[in-house]
Amino acid sequence: MAKTELNRKIDTETEVEDSTNLKGTLASVMILGAILIITWVGLYMLFLSR
Amino acid sequence: MHMHKFEKIWLIFGFGALLVFLTVIGVSAFYLGNQPPSCLATIDPEKVDTTAPFDKPGLKKVEGKEWDYELVFVASAFSYSPARVEVPLGAKVKVIATSKDVMHGFQAAGTNVNMMLEPGYISEVVTTFKNPGEFLIVCNEYCGVGHHMMHSMIEVVE
Amino acid sequence: MNIQAKLKVDPRDGKLAMAHFYVFIVALAIGGLAGLLQTFVRSGKFELPFGIGYYQLLTLHGVVLALVMTTFFIMGFLHAVVSKTAGTYTNRQRTLGWISFALLTIGTIMAAIMILLNEASVLYTFYAPLQAHAVFYIGLTLVVVGSWVGSAAVFMKYGEWRKANPGQSSPLLTFMAVITLMMWDIATIGVATTVLFQILPWSLGLVETINVGLSRTLFWYFGHPLVYFWLLPAYMVWYAVIPKIIGGKIFSDSLARLSFVLLLFFSIPVGLHHQLVEPGIDPAWKFIQVILTFLVVIPSLMTAFSLFATFESYGRSKGAKGLFGWFKKLPWGDARFTIPFIGMLGFIPGGAGGIVNASHQMNQLVHNTIWITGHFHMTVAFAVILTFYGVAYWLIPHLTGRILTKKMNKLAMIQGITWTIGMLFMSTSMHIQGLLGGPRRSAFSDYGGSAQAAEWVPYQIAQAVGGSILFISIILMIYVFINLAFFAPKGEQEFPVGEVAKGAEKTPLVFDNWKLWLGISAILIVFAYTLPLIDLIQNAPPGSKGFKLW
Ligand code: HEM
Ligand SMILES: [Cu+2]
Ligand SMILES: [Cu+2]
Repeated sequence: MAKTELNRKIDTETEVEDSTNLKGTLASVMILGAILIITWVGLYMLFLSR
Repeated sequence: MHMHKFEKIWLIFGFGALLVFLTVIGVSAFYLGNQPPSCLATIDPEKVDTTAPFDKPGLKKVEGKEWDYELVFVASAFSYSPARVEVPLGAKVKVIATSKDVMHGFQAAGTNVNMMLEPGYISEVVTTFKNPGEFLIVCNEYCGVGHHMMHSMIEVVE
Repeated sequence: MNIQAKLKVDPRDGKLAMAHFYVFIVALAIGGLAGLLQTFVRSGKFELPFGIGYYQLLTLHGVVLALVMTTFFIMGFLHAVVSKTAGTYTNRQRTLGWISFALLTIGTIMAAIMILLNEASVLYTFYAPLQAHAVFYIGLTLVVVGSWVGSAAVFMKYGEWRKANPGQSSPLLTFMAVITLMMWDIATIGVATTVLFQILPWSLGLVETINVGLSRTLFWYFGHPLVYFWLLPAYMVWYAVIPKIIGGKIFSDSLARLSFVLLLFFSIPVGLHHQLVEPGIDPAWKFIQVILTFLVVIPSLMTAFSLFATFESYGRSKGAKGLFGWFKKLPWGDARFTIPFIGMLGFIPGGAGGIVNASHQMNQLVHNTIWITGHFHMTVAFAVILTFYGVAYWLIPHLTGRILTKKMNKLAMIQGITWTIGMLFMSTSMHIQGLLGGPRRSAFSDYGGSAQAAEWVPYQIAQAVGGSILFISIILMIYVFINLAFFAPKGEQEFPVGEVAKGAEKTPLVFDNWKLWLGISAILIVFAYTLPLIDLIQNAPPGSKGFKLW
C-alpha cells in the first residue's frame, strides 16, 4: 500500500513539471534551429557553387 | 536529473541537425575527396628556389594525372611568384604553393581556393576554375608591414 | 547559506574586484580608440598620424581587448561572484588575488610598452616565425601566470566551502566559476608550453630556429578554449543572474551544471578547427576535432532552451497568454536585463556562423577572410561584452556602495543600444565582405586596381560607420562607469543571485566530483592531440629563423 502511494506521488510530480507550459520556449528554440539550418545550408550551397 | 519533454525534443532535433551536417561534409570529404588542403609534404624553407617544382613557378601542363595542370606559387614577403598567370577555363588545376619566410595566406577571392602557407610545408589544393575572369589572389594571413600589398592574379581565359 | 546569500560582497574583496574593473575600463577606452582608427584606415579615406603602423595598432587592439580587457573583467567578476556565493575570502586567498592582479598588470604593461615601441607588431596571436621582442612574450607569460594565481584563490575558497558544507552541492555560481577557471588553466598549458619552451628561447637567441607547426598547434590548443573563457562568464550571468533580475527562477540547477561540464569536456580538444586549411596535419584528425567541435554545440542548445524557459515561466506566472505573450512581460526598461538579453540574441547568428566556420572543408569559404572578424565581433565583442556591460551596471555600484539611478539606467540603455547598432553595422558588413573574398588583418589596399577589391570598399566604409557609432557607445560607457564608481548616490545595489523554484529536485552531488570531470577531460585531450602532435614533431621540416618584417 505504502509503495503504491510513493509511486503515485512521483508520477504526479513529474507530470506537473512536464505540463509546465513551455510551448513558447519550444517555438523559440525551433526558430533558432531554423536559423542555424538556413545559415548552414545557404553557405554549403555557396561552397558547392564556387 | 529531470528534463522537460520539450527540451528532449529540442535536443534530439538539434543533435539530429548536427549529425546531418557532419554526415554531409564527412561523406563529401572522405568519399568524394573534398578534403580541406592538408598536404603533409615538407621542404627546407631556405632552399625553396632550388627545390622542384618551386624552382619554376607558374602553370605547367601535366600528363597521366588526375588533373590537367599544375600551378606552382612561391610566396615571400610581400609578393607571389608568378605575379600574374593565365589559366584555361574549365581546366582541372592542382595549385602547389609554399612560403620562403613567414606564414602567408593564399586565397583566390570568390573561389574555394583558400589555404595557409607555412614555412617548411607544401600546401596543395585541386580545383576547377568554372568561371572566366580575373581572380585576385590575396595574402590573408598577416606577414608584416606590406601584408595588404601582397597579391597575385589568376586570369581564367577561354 | 541563506543568511550569507543576503550579505554584500565584503568590502575588502570588493576592492580587489574593483581594481580589475578599473583596468577593464581603461583597456576598453584604449582598445576602442584603436578599433575606431582601424575602421577609418580601412575605409581608405584616412591615414594614421605620427608614423603609427596599422599592424602596430591592430596588435594593440587585439592584445588590449581580447587578452587584457576580457581577462581583467573576468577575474574581477569571478572574485566577486565567489566571495558573494561561497563566502568572504580569507586573508590568504585575498593576498593571492592581489598577487594575481599585480602579475596581470605588470605583464600587461610590459607587453604594451613593446607594442608602443613597435617591437612587437606580431598581432595578438604572435605566430612564429615573426619574432617580437622577448619582453613582449615575457609580459604575456606574466598575464597567464597571474590568472593561474587568481584561479588558485578561487579553488581554495571552493575547497574550504566544501569542507564546511559536507554532503551539500556547491553554490551554482561558484561551481561555474570553478569550471571556467579549470578550463582556462588546462588550456593555458598549451600556450605556456610554446612560449616558455619554444618562443622565448628562440627570441632570446638561445636557439636559432623554431618548429612553426608545433608552435601554432600548441597556440590553438589554447586559442579555442580562450573564446570559451570569454563565453562562460556570460553564460554564468545568463543562467544564474538574469533570472533573479527579472524576478523569475533558474530553470534547472542540474542542467545548468551539466551544460558547464560538457563545455569543459568539449571546449579544449577542438583547436584544430582553427587549422583546417593548413598543411602538416592529417585531415582525419582535423575531422575528429570537427566532430568534437560539433558536440560543444549541444550545451549551447541546452542553454538556449533554459533561458527561454526561464523567460516563459516568468511571463506565464505574471499571467501571460498565448504562444509569445510572455515576451511582453519581461522588464524591458531595465538595462541590467535588456542589454545582456540583446547579447543573447546576438549569440544566435554568432553560433550559426561558428558552425559554418567549423564545418571542415567549408572553412575554405571563410578562412581568414574578414567574415571571421565579423564572426568574433558578433560573439565576443557583442554577445559577451554586452553581458559584461549588463554586469557592470549593477556590480560596480554594489561594490562601491552606490546605486544605479533611474537616470543612469536610461543612459545605460542608450549605451547598450548604441553598441548594438554599431556592431550590427560593422559585423554584418564584415560578414558580407568576407564572403566576397576580403581578407582579414589588412589595411586598406586596392590590390593593384583589382575589380574584386573595388567591390569591397563600400563594405569597409560601412565598417567605419559602425566603428564610429561603437566609439560613441564607449564614451557613454566610460561616463556610466565613472558615475557608478565615484558619483552615484550612496545606497545598496542588489547583487542578483538566482534561485531555483521551490520544490525543484535536489542537485546530484556527482557534479562536485572533480576527479571524474578532469579525468574525462584529460582522456579527450590526450585522444585528440597525441598523434597530431607526435606527427608534427617527428615529421618536422627544418626549423625557421625569426623574422621582423615590420
Ligand atoms: C569600438 C569597438 C570596436 C571596433 C570599432 C573594432 C574594430 C575592429 C577592426 C576594424 C578590426 C580589424 C580588422 C582587420 O582584420 O584588419 C578588429 C579586429 C579585432 N578586434 Fe575589434 N573592434 C571593436 C571592439 C572589439 C572588442 C570589444 C573586442 C574584444 C573583446 C575586439 C577584438 C578584436 C580582435 C581579437 C581583433 C583581431 C585582431 C587580429 O586579427 O589580430 N574588438 N576590430
Ligand atoms: Cu600577408
Ligand atoms: Cu574555435
